[in-house]
Amino acid sequence: MTDTVTQTPLAPGAHFEVVQELQQHFGADAFVYQHTLDNMPTLWVPRSQLVAVLQFLRKLPRPYVMLYDLSATDERLRQHKFGLPMADFTVFYHLVSIDRNSDVRIKVALSEGDLNLESVIGIWPNANWYEREVWDLFGIVFSGHPHLTRILLPSTWEGHPLRKDYPARATEFDPYKLNAAKQDLEQEALLFKPEQWGMQRGTADEDFMFLNLGPNHPSAHGAFRIVLQLEGEEIVDCVPDIGYHHRGAEKMAERQSWHSYIPYTDRIDYLGGVMNNMPYVLAVEKLAGIEVPERVKTIRVMLSEFFRITSHLLYLGTYIQDVGGMSPVFFMFTDRMKAYDVIEAITGFRMHPAWFRIGGVAHDLPTGWEKLVRTFLEWLPKRLDEYEKAAVQNSIVRTRSVGVAQYNKDEALAWGVTGPGLRATGVNFDLRKARPYSGYENYDFEVPLAHNGDAYDRCLLRLEEMRQSLRIIKQCVDHMPAGAYKADHPLTCPPPKERTLQHIETLITHFLSVSWGPIMPAGESCQMIEATKGINSYYLTSDQSTMSYRTRIRTPSFPHLQQIPSVIRGSMIPDLIAYLGSIDFVMADVDR
Amino acid sequence: MDQTFLMVAFWAVFKALVILFGSVVIAAFLSFVERRLLALWQDRHGPNRAGPFGLLQLPADMIKMFFKEDWTPPFVDVLTFWIAPGIAMAGLLIAFIVVPVAPDWVVADLDIGLLFFFAMAGLAVYAVMFAGWSSNNKYALLGGVRSTAQTVSYEVFMGLSLMGIVMVTGSFNMTDIVNAQKDCWFVFPQFLGFITFAIAGVAVAHRSPFDLPEAEQELAAGFHTEYSGMKWGMFFVGEYVGVLLVSALLTVLFFGGWLPPFQWFVFDYIPPFFWFAAKTCFFIMLFILIRAALPRPRYDQIMDFGWKICLPITLVNLVGTAAVVLLLHNPA
Repeated sequence: MTDTVTQTPLAPGAHFEVVQELQQHFGADAFVYQHTLDNMPTLWVPRSQLVAVLQFLRKLPRPYVMLYDLSATDERLRQHKFGLPMADFTVFYHLVSIDRNSDVRIKVALSEGDLNLESVIGIWPNANWYEREVWDLFGIVFSGHPHLTRILLPSTWEGHPLRKDYPARATEFDPYKLNAAKQDLEQEALLFKPEQWGMQRGTADEDFMFLNLGPNHPSAHGAFRIVLQLEGEEIVDCVPDIGYHHRGAEKMAERQSWHSYIPYTDRIDYLGGVMNNMPYVLAVEKLAGIEVPERVKTIRVMLSEFFRITSHLLYLGTYIQDVGGMSPVFFMFTDRMKAYDVIEAITGFRMHPAWFRIGGVAHDLPTGWEKLVRTFLEWLPKRLDEYEKAAVQNSIVRTRSVGVAQYNKDEALAWGVTGPGLRATGVNFDLRKARPYSGYENYDFEVPLAHNGDAYDRCLLRLEEMRQSLRIIKQCVDHMPAGAYKADHPLTCPPPKERTLQHIETLITHFLSVSWGPIMPAGESCQMIEATKGINSYYLTSDQSTMSYRTRIRTPSFPHLQQIPSVIRGSMIPDLIAYLGSIDFVMADVDR
Repeated sequence: MDQTFLMVAFWAVFKALVILFGSVVIAAFLSFVERRLLALWQDRHGPNRAGPFGLLQLPADMIKMFFKEDWTPPFVDVLTFWIAPGIAMAGLLIAFIVVPVAPDWVVADLDIGLLFFFAMAGLAVYAVMFAGWSSNNKYALLGGVRSTAQTVSYEVFMGLSLMGIVMVTGSFNMTDIVNAQKDCWFVFPQFLGFITFAIAGVAVAHRSPFDLPEAEQELAAGFHTEYSGMKWGMFFVGEYVGVLLVSALLTVLFFGGWLPPFQWFVFDYIPPFFWFAAKTCFFIMLFILIRAALPRPRYDQIMDFGWKICLPITLVNLVGTAAVVLLLHNPA
């Protein structure tokens, strides 16, 4: 039915500047160019040349400064490879250049018997956690990595779950039993041993205190553990420990239909609501070749901005709470309730509506929606002004956050920081402006910037971003296009039903689509969006099936937590708390 | 046995018991008042389910606390662990014996009344220190260390902030101090003393924004992390005893105690205790409002504030008052 070949092997890709530069330097034979549906230059590099190529890209004029993502795919069961290099496993490096405003994806093929790669921590420090994750979930070894241990799963875990031969269902395992001996073993595995991290237990004169902050701590914002090496109250060093919220979202994607996976995305950044649906449905629509109507785009933007506001309100409240101000958060919850009332009237749910659909949204807007939205638009600005005056400009809040947990532009880029955390260092990089999606190019709004890169700037930026989101929402209400809320395309899901009872072909398509789910053409596509906490993307690989072959979810919170030790060394515990509050992370977003 | 002596003794014991139970019950009740007031200022309801307006919340809490398992963890230093909540509750409570709540209503009209208060406030820090140390818990220890440093710093200028009053009155006796305010409350001539004492008082009671020993966002529960049941309850009530005591002292030392704001014939029919109670309530509410309104500075910023700003102010106040006293009372 849909056997259109969407990938052409060995396409030159010469229209990409970076491909030309690479071929000039390394010779045209060094690479295999892969066509992908996201229009991103994707090159296969032999393992021997990988580090040289990455180093070259990092050092180019207008360099690829950010290692945006690094993960792998188990290719052993993939059928539609279109003459790409033979690979049992592929590791890919997604690099971003801010100066060029463009990306490049480098892939390396590995064979099952020799899962070995050189670590690239020397080029981008944030490769550290990504490489640990790949080792954890795929069992690929990175030589030269200083601490290649499990990161998302407990150290006692057996097997590498994202391999295709690892079962996805609990019923495929023996029932889980936890006896006393096993519990002791697990407890023992959780003990922090400073020597494993190359830490001293003390100097000649004094012992350090190792303070275990979390995974249950009021300011850890979820199940996050960070072990502090303390000298008095000064943090000498620290080790963040994640994975307590891991639930295998990427593995689950491999057994859900394209359509039924949407509710899972809501729960990745659980404060982002439908904003999480956005990169996923956009990536699927690229696979399917669906162009959605203008009305759909506008509705999606409007609801995404609503969720940006609710997320930022929670951020502001908890941030002020983290520096000790107990009252503002209650006011912000009142505002969030007002926003959720609108969201509920439109979508039927509050926090996790799972409301976007492949090729559209679930319903059309209800009668009277404009009035609700306008009421909210009138309500919030006054409140925001009040928060700024009463809480954010408070002198204690300022002394607690100005100059605290400061990092500069280069550090931010090296650690893969995106979103307000990056813009607080003066880098003007907001995907809504830089690479507009879903019609963001049509809106009049500004990207707030700050230059100190401290906790206070991160807080101020989010306050201002809420005002800009209100502007965007206002434009959505004023200019909501008429039209369908669903694309007229065979792969739209659930498919349009109007003609099904008159037309046998449509009826069959409809039946298959709602029973098995749509079959997406084979190919790869990635969509990045400016989510509430930074850049979030879904990189989908379809093997022409009802389910995704591989779903890679890149979340902003993961690198943000990885950056913590480099920023906080030498500060005090209260600074760490202010810093954690200013990052705006959600553990579900980190651990997936 | 002399009949009048018995009467006097009975009267003294009676007064002492009234003040003791009064302050404990009010302190405990403050937990409810604080929650309702905070709720009012934070756009929510607070505990309003138990009884009319939630007034039975306190008995409900007490029942819960008494029947909760009072667990002593195996790794603590038992003796110190048990003594700490006792000191927390008793230390500042004992200081109430020198507070005159109305004319003739004071348990012990000591001539060294103020000094006695300082001594008790100094003892109270042992509660937090012992709790922090004996719990054998890192968060508790950090809380204890913070508390010790903070209390030592703030007690230095707390004592000095009141010396102006002592100089003007010429007495450490609280009743004398109240009587000396017949014409003018000390808050006006001793404004700097008032400000610094109020700040030090908040710090000594470990109230927000000086609640670093138990800063929830940083140290979970701080020094009382390992406590449960009634031992925890004693810390809890002890904190409100501190609030009550500092409010009462602010009233007595700076706002004329039981004296009415000005002379008016209607005021002659109002019992003096009313004025004392009303002023104390005002300061208690101020304490709670401060907690609702302010964030928490960092530990070293609090130290800086104490040593670099408050201490110099009290010294200026002290020298200034001394100069004025000399000028007015020196016959030469």
